[in-house]
Amino acid sequence: MLMQLLRRDLAQFFPFTGSGAALPVVFFVAVAMLFPFAVGPDANILAKTGGGVVWIAALLAAILPLEKLVARDIELGFFDQLRLRGMADEAMMAVRLIAHWLSFGPPLVLATFPAAALLKIEGETFEILLLGLIAGTPGLAAIGLMIAALTASLRAGAALSGLLLIPLALPILIFGAGALARQDQVSLGFVGAISLALVALAPFAAGAAIRAAREN
Amino acid sequence: MQAPSPALSAHDLACRRGDRLLFRRLSFALDTGAACHVTGANGAGKTTLIRAVAGLTTPYAGEVRRTGALALLDERTGLDPDMPLGLALAFWAKIDAVEHLALESCCDRLGLGNLLEVPVRYLSTGQKKRAALARVLGQAAPVWLLDEPLSGLDTASQALVSRLVREHCDGGGIALIASHQPLDVPGMTAFAIEDFAPTPAEADA
Repeated sequence: MLMQLLRRDLAQFFPFTGSGAALPVVFFVAVAMLFPFAVGPDANILAKTGGGVVWIAALLAAILPLEKLVARDIELGFFDQLRLRGMADEAMMAVRLIAHWLSFGPPLVLATFPAAALLKIEGETFEILLLGLIAGTPGLAAIGLMIAALTASLRAGAALSGLLLIPLALPILIFGAGALARQDQVSLGFVGAISLALVALAPFAAGAAIRAAREN
Repeated sequence: MQAPSPALSAHDLACRRGDRLLFRRLSFALDTGAACHVTGANGAGKTTLIRAVAGLTTPYAGEVRRTGALALLDERTGLDPDMPLGLALAFWAKIDAVEHLALESCCDRLGLGNLLEVPVRYLSTGQKKRAALARVLGQAAPVWLLDEPLSGLDTASQALVSRLVREHCDGGGIALIASHQPLDVPGMTAFAIEDFAPTPAEADA
């Protein structure tokens, strides 16, 4: 049952199969493409600031899929039907988290290759950037899922979710981008730890949120 | 081992929507083969009752006992709007472990056979309702909870719903139907939800 659900969720959200699901990746690459035009092609400046730009682009790209992530299936009665078949809300949200991350984390990491080339990020900096995104995107996905579930029953939910994600994602941004500036891998450990904690928490918080949404 | 025979009952149920008490001291008991029609005006609390009986919301007071799997039909299809109808139904068939042939015969019965390639969002109101009915029928759950199963349907389809409920109950199933339209099911009990509406004094309390 969980595998069937995961397959369905992936079909909904994966880039090029789901509707409009490629948008975050396109947005991410577009930012990396525009930045050299804005600050000029000086390789030194680009290499110094590029990593931070990639992180900000990743964070903002994480906001884009949130609108459809939970609210649509609540409106459809989809979660209610699963609940009726005895599936726990937490299990639905755990599956949704996996599908959400798979459809936005790995594509973003892949898109980092062209983005880094555009921003002249090379060598060890590139490695740290890549590792940081691999460690950080599960956390971003978890924050996104919690926010999407919490704001699903609100009328201005989509606008609100962007505002909510930014402060909550700050720790990941600080450690992830900080690792680039200091060229150390310890900060990456923090990014991974924050991500793990968020991933562990998200299904329970999101499950409670959709349960609460049913009551009104 | 044989599954225990289905049963559905509510005891002293009271439900609120927001701050408003919709009904209280509502009790009923349905045994295998029983159908029950809940009537009431719009906003009287039919949907709230169905959702509480389904276990989707927690009642304000009282309790619901259910034996057997539940199938719910409400104003939402539960089918992915972007998917072709056939695939959207096949997803639920897989979740419910329904054979492909059984699903096909459900679709044929509801006149959906030539719509399976059409994305769900292009279906008309009545077609969507019939698609949701196909999902319920395919689920083969002993307890049916139908919230306004007749809305949006033409006369022929309305008669079909009555026939499906009759067959379901003849086969030992239970149906709780909330609708303000009449159904043609012999032996069906009925109650009006307004009979359990709180008196003004209670509503204020």
